[in-house]
Amino acid sequence: MAQANPSDNRPLSPHLQVYKFMINTVMSIFHRMTGMALYFGTLLLAWWLIAAAYGPEHFAVANWFFGSIFGQIILFGYTWALLHHLLGGVRHFIWDTGAGFDLATIDRLGWATIIGSVSLTLLVWIVALTLGGAS
Amino acid sequence: MSSHSDMQTPLRKVRGLGSAKEGADHFWLQRVTAVANLFLVAFLIGLLVSLAGADYATVKSTLANPFIAVGLLLLITSGMIHMRLGMQVVIEDYVSHEGLKLVALMMNTFFAIIVGAASALAILKLSFGS
Repeated sequence: MAQANPSDNRPLSPHLQVYKFMINTVMSIFHRMTGMALYFGTLLLAWWLIAAAYGPEHFAVANWFFGSIFGQIILFGYTWALLHHLLGGVRHFIWDTGAGFDLATIDRLGWATIIGSVSLTLLVWIVALTLGGAS
Repeated sequence: MSSHSDMQTPLRKVRGLGSAKEGADHFWLQRVTAVANLFLVAFLIGLLVSLAGADYATVKSTLANPFIAVGLLLLITSGMIHMRLGMQVVIEDYVSHEGLKLVALMMNTFFAIIVGAASALAILKLSFGS
């Protein structure tokens, strides 16, 4: 039977580095990256719930971590990843209906996703710090 | 048997490669859980914001509230299914070694179920008391 040349020196198709910047490409990569970050980020939610269930000493440890600078940076990143992936998902729902496939709309949806996720993250943290910091 | 497999070579058929006829299920479950997550994640963010800086007693009693406990259980369930499907695609895209891929796909399922079960136990423990 005819076989394609299986050796390693076959010509390769161009990869990521040859393409120019496009918001759509970047948003696609961000969607996958935030998805993977959230995958492992669920460990933090699980830890927090388990700590709350197993008593004040355990909860104090988790609270100390999430309240530290390091913990706050991680939580801020987690908030953004969550909201970015969520808005990216809404973008996919729009495409699922068959709408929004012209290049201008694709660009606008991409920018709306990143601007929306950053704005919402800041809004959530302003509200959280205003409410939580006071009490 | 099916006309879809006519494009496969006899060797491919013997090896059992090709479509498992589950693509539509995967897509649909991904979208159903995505719609659910849209609401459940909004609920989670609202909950966490309202609990920012709260003491242990407040957190414990809030999480024991039946509406909040059910919301969290739904979030855990929908979230674990959704993230398992997503990571499955990532593994299938990037892990080309067949044995490693199978191991990674199994680890993916185990991870989602273990994290889900542990979180669910914590929520139930808070609901029913220790």
